[in-house]
Amino acid sequence: MRGNVRPPPWRNMPVVSRLAGTRSPLLGRRSFLGLGAALTGSFALGATRGNAEPAPSSPPADAPWSQSIGAGVVDRPYGKPADTEAGVIRRNVPWLTAGTESSVSFSPLQDLHGSITPNGLFFERHHAGRPDVDPAQHRLMIHGLVERPLVLSMKDIMRFPSVSRIHFIECPANGGMEWRAAQLNSLQFNHGMISCAEWTGVRLSTLLEEVGIKKEVQWVLVEGADGAHMNRSLPLAKCLDDCLVVYAQNGEALRPEQGYPLRLLVPGWEGNVSIKWLRRIKLGDRPWYSREETSKYTDLMPDGTSRGFTWLIDAKSVITFPCPEKPLDGAGLYEIRGLAWSGNGRVKQVDVSVDGGVNWQSAQLHEPVLTKALTKFTLPWRWDGRPALLESRVIDQTGYVQPTISQLRQQRGSNSVYHNNSIQTWQIKPDGSVFDVQLA
Amino acid sequence: MFNSRERSLLLCLSLLAAAGTAADAAEPGHYGYGVKATPEQLAGWDIDARGDDGVGLPAGQGTVQKGSEVFADQCAACHGTFGEGEGRFPKLAGGMGTLRDDRPEPTVGSYWPFAPTLWDYINRAMPMPAPHTLSADDVYALTAYILNLNDIVPNEFVADRNSLPKVKMPNHDSFTWTDPRPDTMAKPCMSACADPADIKIMSTAEGRNLTPRTTGPLDTMQPK
Ligand code: HEC
Repeated sequence: MRGNVRPPPWRNMPVVSRLAGTRSPLLGRRSFLGLGAALTGSFALGATRGNAEPAPSSPPADAPWSQSIGAGVVDRPYGKPADTEAGVIRRNVPWLTAGTESSVSFSPLQDLHGSITPNGLFFERHHAGRPDVDPAQHRLMIHGLVERPLVLSMKDIMRFPSVSRIHFIECPANGGMEWRAAQLNSLQFNHGMISCAEWTGVRLSTLLEEVGIKKEVQWVLVEGADGAHMNRSLPLAKCLDDCLVVYAQNGEALRPEQGYPLRLLVPGWEGNVSIKWLRRIKLGDRPWYSREETSKYTDLMPDGTSRGFTWLIDAKSVITFPCPEKPLDGAGLYEIRGLAWSGNGRVKQVDVSVDGGVNWQSAQLHEPVLTKALTKFTLPWRWDGRPALLESRVIDQTGYVQPTISQLRQQRGSNSVYHNNSIQTWQIKPDGSVFDVQLA
Repeated sequence: MFNSRERSLLLCLSLLAAAGTAADAAEPGHYGYGVKATPEQLAGWDIDARGDDGVGLPAGQGTVQKGSEVFADQCAACHGTFGEGEGRFPKLAGGMGTLRDDRPEPTVGSYWPFAPTLWDYINRAMPMPAPHTLSADDVYALTAYILNLNDIVPNEFVADRNSLPKVKMPNHDSFTWTDPRPDTMAKPCMSACADPADIKIMSTAEGRNLTPRTTGPLDTMQPK
């Protein structure tokens, strides 16, 4: 099913009782207890512990799907996940915002397995909902202090020399609900406003050189075609350095939620400057001080002052397994898994602690380790079944070390909302359950 | 190795070489794609008003009185008659002197550094259900009304392109515009980094009942 009016995935979910008892040995128990339990959401992971259920489709039985012919090609002309993955979806915190139009949704990091986010699971942040833009009528206007103001169609933009780059986008409010205290017992809700994709488009510098940059230009206004005409000011130097104007994400056209047909991509900087549904670029000599860079996206300090233009995403990492959504299934050997990233370049090292930060061991980084991109790390760990406090800590290529939440609070108090890049602590209880905690 | 004269000569040569291959690309209009923006196209889309000095504010004006009428009609349902905010919709007034508090209340009055930004934002994004439907005069009137709700301008204030940039916002001087990070200076210690006796859990999300479910259909959880 393709298009914008996709029914909620669980509506199509068949009864999956024949899969009851399916276990994934490394990632703990994926409970497929059937439609009723999934619909009420009442089942807890690990609830069937110890109940070895009959598995009629497992050896020695020949499974029913082995005894029939499957659906043919183009049964689904546009592919979609297996029905049993219907719970792997972006989710929101309904009490967080007045409505869903200016709001956020979070990627289900607990169910993702690499450094690239599938397009349908990329986190969302809209300021006036998701517009459905007609690419045939969409235009990009570039004007202001330029030699030759231009209006470009999508066809025009796609004719320029193209580049493809892998970069993350993170909302600076990722983890923002945890400034005061541990609040949400979830990897998805505490860290899910980070996603990473391969982006294809044209260098912003190519477009700016095409219109001719007047010499007094220092700043660039970027603006969306959404109902909020979401806008930010960017220094010219960053625009000429590595910004892209992109039309594709992981090889296909951008998803509407990610700015179809055209968005800006500002590598390593807070997500909101990567303006979606990009319609206008204006060159000027001073910043614009728009609402989104004064009232919002500024960091309130304990002395009542505020920091503006804090674009950089400082280095951050998080353990994605185990996590509250994926508890441990008894003592034994596990692979601790996680993601690390930095807006300042490459990840150099990730260390993992299982004792709340007393001792650390370096994790293995997995290729590719790219600049301003998600980097996967793993570390084998034999859990003895006793309480543990799991943490990861990234060091990036500049030598910057990810801070603890108390180090951050010493500098910034707890009212600053944005840029919480602190170390996440997961508390492991003897029954294998995992809780979001903060340490002294 | 090269001395500094030789080095600068080499640099010049390499720049020339680069220019030889890239000069055409750097020339405005090299690719020639797209069309020149017409004055009408520019007039329709060039909507920004700069926050600090108001450059870009259009002709027109509006009074506090007129603003109160438009506000009651188009804005009060979400923001409350006096900007107090209905439900979780943002408050537009009040919160003065709370920015150092445990629960600060940033509003237009207590937080925003620049008055023209208010005109620009209402014009580009409000009213939320029907953006870009207000006249410039109405946006000026609403701006005057919201500033007046915050006791920043008097009842007889008339907002226009000249008066707005002169309004001094109470929190104007509290912003810094250069990023002081990195500000934490954590060190990469590997062993015996802390006394295990000092490792204490200060807060836990366990039992707080704030977390929507992360399996099954979307949660519709509301605040307790
Ligand atoms: C349907 C509800 C709704 C209506 C009607 C509405 N607004 Fe809003 N307004 C919002 C929401 C929601 C936000 C926050 C948007 C965001 O943060 O992206 C907002 C934000 C604002 C802000 C910024 C507040 C801040 O401190 O950053 C101003 C100013 C504002 N509105 C003015 C108005 C005016 C003036 C009108 C009437 C012309 C209006 N609004 C009508 C919902 C509404």
